[in-house]
Amino acid sequence: MFESRQNILELHDVVVNFGVINALKSISLHIKTGDIVTLIGANGAGKTTTLRAISGLVPIKSGRIIYQGDDISLLKPHQIVRNGIAHVPEGRMVFANLSVLENLQMGAYLQQDKKVIKSQMDYVYSIFPRLKERIKQTAGTLSGGEQQMLAIGRALMSCPKFLMLDEPSLGIAPLLVKNIFEKIVEINRQQGLTILLVEQNANLALDISTYGYVLESGKIIVQDNSQVLKTNPEIRKAYLGG
Amino acid sequence: MDGIYDSQGGIRSNFHIILFSSNSPANLCRVTEFFQQIINGLSLGAIYALIALGYTMVYGVLRFINFAHSDIFMVGAFSGYFFSRFFPSESIFGGISVVFLSMLVCAFLGMLIERVAYRPLRGSSKLNVLITAIGVSMFLEYSFQVKLTKPLSFPVLFPTMSFTLPGGIILSSTQVLVFVMTLLLLIALQYIVLYTKMGTAMRAVSFNPMAASLVGINNDAVISFTFGLGSALAAAGGILYSLNYPSIEPLMGVLPGLKAFVAAVLGGIGNIPGAALGGLLLGVIETFVNGSRYSTYTDAIAFTLLIIILIFRPSGLLGKVTVEKV
Ligand SMILES: Nc1ncnc2c1ncn2[C@@H]1O[C@H](COP(=O)(O)OP(=O)(O)OP(=O)(O)O)[C@@H](O)[C@H]1O
Ligand SMILES: [Mg+2]
Repeated sequence: MFESRQNILELHDVVVNFGVINALKSISLHIKTGDIVTLIGANGAGKTTTLRAISGLVPIKSGRIIYQGDDISLLKPHQIVRNGIAHVPEGRMVFANLSVLENLQMGAYLQQDKKVIKSQMDYVYSIFPRLKERIKQTAGTLSGGEQQMLAIGRALMSCPKFLMLDEPSLGIAPLLVKNIFEKIVEINRQQGLTILLVEQNANLALDISTYGYVLESGKIIVQDNSQVLKTNPEIRKAYLGG
Repeated sequence: MDGIYDSQGGIRSNFHIILFSSNSPANLCRVTEFFQQIINGLSLGAIYALIALGYTMVYGVLRFINFAHSDIFMVGAFSGYFFSRFFPSESIFGGISVVFLSMLVCAFLGMLIERVAYRPLRGSSKLNVLITAIGVSMFLEYSFQVKLTKPLSFPVLFPTMSFTLPGGIILSSTQVLVFVMTLLLLIALQYIVLYTKMGTAMRAVSFNPMAASLVGINNDAVISFTFGLGSALAAAGGILYSLNYPSIEPLMGVLPGLKAFVAAVLGGIGNIPGAALGGLLLGVIETFVNGSRYSTYTDAIAFTLLIIILIFRPSGLLGKVTVEKV
């Protein structure tokens, strides 16, 4: 079957080095508009580095990052956000010294239109009603799960076309993880948002995604439809607990 | 000038005049003297506070001490001297215009220094930036010294008079000016930091620059704005200081700058209300020691007290003891 949808993001042979450490050894990814794609791999495989390279936080040594047809690999992080890419970083990184409301307002930093900000904020509250109850609360006093909701909400405030999530399940109770993953699917469906999901919890990630990449020591070792990856015996053994 | 500050810059308040002019019992005189010293101390401390804010704000966004900040204070005083020629002296309008223009000049200077000297070093080691800051400081000091062989006499910008309060406390119009202007600037600063988009971005960058860039904040623009804001406050401080100590010279910023830096640390470096509080406290302590019989050791005693406070509160009076949640 041929798909007519275009790739929203393509990585071509991206290399990232930290001094002598070769963190990404020629990574290539293709992400179709509207999909949820997952990137799984063990600790230190280079998942976070891949996302950081896309958002311009770490410079790439060689390769190209093509977003909606344009090479964005030389842009600064704030310019990349302006292009419609949002990144929920590993460890959430909410502004702990700011209130929940201020965090969301900062999420919409580049948005000038107050009406758009308002409607996007209402949308965020509709998916995470808990945030609405806590708008005045300092973000640092939120629970881990609530902070993750806030981090996702903050990213949504920029009205992105492409959303990257770095281990949203990290340090969160299983029940809440299930809830957050449901929300991720909901956001993907309702807003038509393309999502790149990095997860250690490969079972969950493959359940909600259409396509998956497996990263090992800075290299993509396998890629396939998520359902196929789930039945791959080697992947099952290494990442899905047998 | 009305004699509350003597030419050495010490605050040898004229309480003896009050002594003879009021026929109150001795203990009332001590009360009067006490309040007089508080007023003198606060008006000196307000100036320290204005300088300290710049140190603390820049530290907040860059985690680095801008050693050239005390020279911005000096440039503020010299800009005031320069602009005073174009306005009537001893007038409120003229005075305010001079202060405003000098704040503008220093805001640009601060932003220029950041752009030219510090930004290219972003990401390199803290020590490199620190050494550069010392270099910028010397550059400013010595470029002024090349042009100036002797101190200049700072003009009387605002109308001067003094008020005698009940109990014989004397309040000069310069002190009133210092209080009013510092208060207004502090309110404006709090408003900017707490209620504007740029101020919120400053707090965001200060907490986590990486997360800030991921929401679309241009960290460089925020840092530049912070330098501008801090430098403008230092300029206001420089002029207010020169109204009290009207002899200005290129090294005039060194000591007040050092004290303001200590005030910022005392209040909790990176903490804005802390810097204001630290400045006021330092001014009051210094004034009291100066008015006592240990006045020769003023700075030594003031600094010892500060060290003692910091032993008990290492992160400063209003600084956070907690570690950032990861
Ligand atoms: N700033 C850095 N400086 C030096 N090395 C780094 C830096 N960031 C990452 N690395 C190294 O790059 C490699 C990939 O790290 P990365 O954080 O991308 O892994 P990850 O797949 O996200 O792992 P985890 O699942 O633990 O989050 C690791 O070996 C790491 O030590
Ligand atoms: Mg990671």
